[in-house]
Amino acid sequence: MNFVYEKLMGGKQGFFGFLILATLILVIFPVFLDIFRLNLVGKYLTYAFAAVSLVLLWGYGGILSLGQGVFFGLGGYGMAMFLKLEASSAENTKIQSTPGIPDFMDWNQITSLPWFWEPFNSLTLTIIAILVLPALFAFIIGAAMFKRRVGGVYFAIITQVIAVILTILIVGQQGFTGGINGITDLRTLNGWDITSDNAKYIFYFLNAFLLLVVIVISRFILTSKFGSLLLAIRDKEDRVRFSGYDVSNFKIFIFSFSAMVSAIGGAMFTLQVGFMSPSFVGIVPSIEMVIFCAIGGRMSLIGAVYGTLLINFGKTTFSETFPELWLFLMGGLFISVVMFFPNGLAGIWNDYGHHITDRLPFGKKPKKVESTQSVEEKADESTA
Amino acid sequence: MKYSRYQTRPNSLRRFFVKGLIALPAAMFLSATCFAATPPTAEINTTGLAITDDTVTVGILHSLTGTMAISETGAQEAEKLAIKQINDMGGILGRKIEFIQEDGASDWPTFAEKSRKLLVKDKVAAVFGAWTSASRKAVLPVFEKENGLLYYPTFYEGLEQSKNVIYTGQEATQQILDGLNWVAKEKKAKTFYLIGSDYIWPRTSMKIARKHIENVLGGKVVGEEYKPLGNTQFGSVINKIRLKKPDVIYAAVVGGSNVAWFKQLKAAGITSKKQTLLTISVTEDEVLGIGGENLEGFYSIMKYFQSQDNPNNKAFVAAFKEMWGEDSVIGDVTQAAYLGPWLWKAAVEKAGSFDVDKVVAASEEGDIELKTAPEGYVKLHKNHHLWSVARVGKWNKDGQATVVYESELLEPDPFPAGYQ
Repeated sequence: MNFVYEKLMGGKQGFFGFLILATLILVIFPVFLDIFRLNLVGKYLTYAFAAVSLVLLWGYGGILSLGQGVFFGLGGYGMAMFLKLEASSAENTKIQSTPGIPDFMDWNQITSLPWFWEPFNSLTLTIIAILVLPALFAFIIGAAMFKRRVGGVYFAIITQVIAVILTILIVGQQGFTGGINGITDLRTLNGWDITSDNAKYIFYFLNAFLLLVVIVISRFILTSKFGSLLLAIRDKEDRVRFSGYDVSNFKIFIFSFSAMVSAIGGAMFTLQVGFMSPSFVGIVPSIEMVIFCAIGGRMSLIGAVYGTLLINFGKTTFSETFPELWLFLMGGLFISVVMFFPNGLAGIWNDYGHHITDRLPFGKKPKKVESTQSVEEKADESTA
Repeated sequence: MKYSRYQTRPNSLRRFFVKGLIALPAAMFLSATCFAATPPTAEINTTGLAITDDTVTVGILHSLTGTMAISETGAQEAEKLAIKQINDMGGILGRKIEFIQEDGASDWPTFAEKSRKLLVKDKVAAVFGAWTSASRKAVLPVFEKENGLLYYPTFYEGLEQSKNVIYTGQEATQQILDGLNWVAKEKKAKTFYLIGSDYIWPRTSMKIARKHIENVLGGKVVGEEYKPLGNTQFGSVINKIRLKKPDVIYAAVVGGSNVAWFKQLKAAGITSKKQTLLTISVTEDEVLGIGGENLEGFYSIMKYFQSQDNPNNKAFVAAFKEMWGEDSVIGDVTQAAYLGPWLWKAAVEKAGSFDVDKVVAASEEGDIELKTAPEGYVKLHKNHHLWSVARVGKWNKDGQATVVYESELLEPDPFPAGYQ
C-alpha cells in the first residue's frame, strides 16, 4: 500500500491530484458531455500523451524536444496504415486500376503494395510497430546525439529539423504515404465500425485509461532512483557524469520512453478522429505540444493533462464563438497564464492545493509552516 | 408552381367563416401553418435539421486563418453574397437562410472537427465549404457518416463521387483536355514541359495531361517536375526549361509558390514574347499576389474569368463589389462557391424538402440548371458534378484576363476512362 501511495501516486498531493483527474475524465466528462463533445475531449487527451512525455523529457530531464510530433505522427501513421489496408479490400476498391491497394497509391500509379506496408496487415504487428518503431527511432537519434554530448539548444534544433524532414518525406512520397492529404477514410477495425457512437465511447475510455496508466508509470519512473538521477542530470550534468554514471544512457532511455508514450497518443488519435495527416508531424504541432506542457506546468504530469485540455477547450470554444478573432484570444490566454501563473496550472495546485488536501481525513501531517492555520481550522471543524 | 395547393386559401377561408364562430380558432390555427406560402416544417424536414417555420440554418466552413485564408476568403464571401441574395428574394420554401460560420484554420483535422460540429451539434441543412483536396478528404467521411450535404467549390483532381458532396468546380478533365487541344491547335505545340506543386491535384492533373498529350495529340512531354508546396526556388527547373526549349510550359504550381515561380521566370527572360505558358492553377486571386506584369501574355485555363462579358456576370461582379469592396477580385473558385447556395436552393425547391436524401435525389435527376450563373450557364450532372465550359484567358497587365477561347459545354467525367 505504501509502495502504491508513495511510488505510483507521488504522495498525498500527487494522489489527490490523480484522483481528481481520474474522476474528471472517467466520470464527470462522460456523464455531462454528449458524445460529440466527449469525442473532442478524447482527441485532446491524445495530445496529453505527448504533453506528459514532455514533462518527463523536458521538465525532469531538461531535454527540450521540439519534435515530439514526429513520434505522435509515427504512432498515428502506424495505426492509420493498418486501418487503411483494412478499408482497401479488393472489393471496396474495385474501381481502381489495381484493386486491393490504398486509393492514393492507385492515384500515384503504384501497382503493388510496398514491402513496408505488408506488416500492417496484422493488428498484432501493427501494435508492436506502434510501440517499438518510434522508440527505436528515438533510440537511434538519442544514441547519435547524447553519446556525442549534443544537448540543450542544439538538441532542440535537431529534433525540429527531424520534424521538418519527416514532413517533407511524407508529403513528397505521396504514393507511399498519402502525401499532404494524409491517410483518410478509415472506417473499421477488424470489421468493427470505428465511426459509431459505441466505438467512440469505447475508445474514449480506453484512451483515458491508457493515459492514467502512462501517468502512473511515469510517476513510478520519477519517484524511483532514476527520477532523482534525471533531475540531477538536468541540474548538474557534469557532476553526475564525474560520479561515475553514464549520463547518455539515461537520456537515451527517457527520450525513447517519451517517444513511445507520444506514439500511443498518436495511435489513439487515429482511432478517434478517423484519419492521420502530416499536419501532426511538423514543427507547429510539436511546438504546440511543448505549449500544452508549459501551460500545465512542466514539472507536473497531471498538470500537463490540464494544460492540454485548457488550451484545446480554448481553441475549440473561441473558434466556434469568434471564428474571425479566435487566434487573438488564444494569444491572450497564453500571455495571461504565463504572466499570472509562471509555473503553469500545476503551480496553482502546488501553492493552494494543500489547503484542500490537508483538510481531508488522512492528510493531517502539515508539511509547511503556512499550512498551520488550515490545520487549526480543521481541528475546529472536527471538534464542532 | 409546385406549391399551388397552398394557394387555395381564399376559398377555404370563406368556407370557414360561414361555419361560424366555432370554426374561427381552427381557421387561425390553419392560417399560421398552411395559409402562409410556406409548407409546414414537419413536412419538409423529417430528419431533425435546424429548420424553423421561418429560418433554415446552413454552415460555412472555410479557412479564415492560416496559409489558405487568402484563397478561401473569396469563396466564403461569395457564399455569403449568394445567401443574402436568396434571402432578399424570400429565401427557400419560405424560409430565410441563416448561416453558422466555422474556421477550418488551414488545418485538415480542424476541418473534420468543425464539420462534425456543424452536422451533429448545429444540424445544419447544408454546408458550403472546404477548398483544398486535403480538407475535402478530411471531411468526406464525416459527411458520409452523418449524412450531411457539402457543396465543394474548388476545381479538383476528380476520382471521387460521394453521395454527400456536390462539386461545383470543374473536375480535371473539364479543365485540362480542352486547354491542351486549344494550345496544340492554336500554337502548333508539340513539346510540353509539365511542372506542378507536389500533391495529389497537380500529380493527377499531369497524369491526365501526359496521357492526352502522348496518346491524343501525338505530342511529347520533355520534362515533368514537382516542387514541394510553398517552394520558392525554381532556378533548376528554369534552367532545364531553357535547355529543353518546350513549345509549352504547362504549370500547376499553387499558392504562394506562384509568386516566386513567375517572378523568377521573368527574371530569367522567359516571357510571353518567346514562350507559351498555360497554367491550370492561376486565377485572379493569385494574380493579385503575383502582379499582372509578371505574367502578362501567359494563359490560364479556367471555367470563369472576372472579365467575362455577360449580363449575369456584370450583375454578379457589381453585387460582389458592393458587398465586399471595390478592390475585390473574383477568381474561378469564388464564382464556383457562389453557385453552391443557388444549386442547393434549386434542388431543395425541386425536392420540396430539406431532407438530405431528397435533396440529393433531386440533384441526381440531372436537370437542375442555373441560367443566372455568372460563368454563363451550368447544369448539374447526375454524377454530382457540373456541366461547364472551359475558357482560356490571356493575362493582362492590370491583373484581368481576356477570354480567347471558349469550349462547348463539357460533360463532367470524374472517372475518365483511358486516363487513369
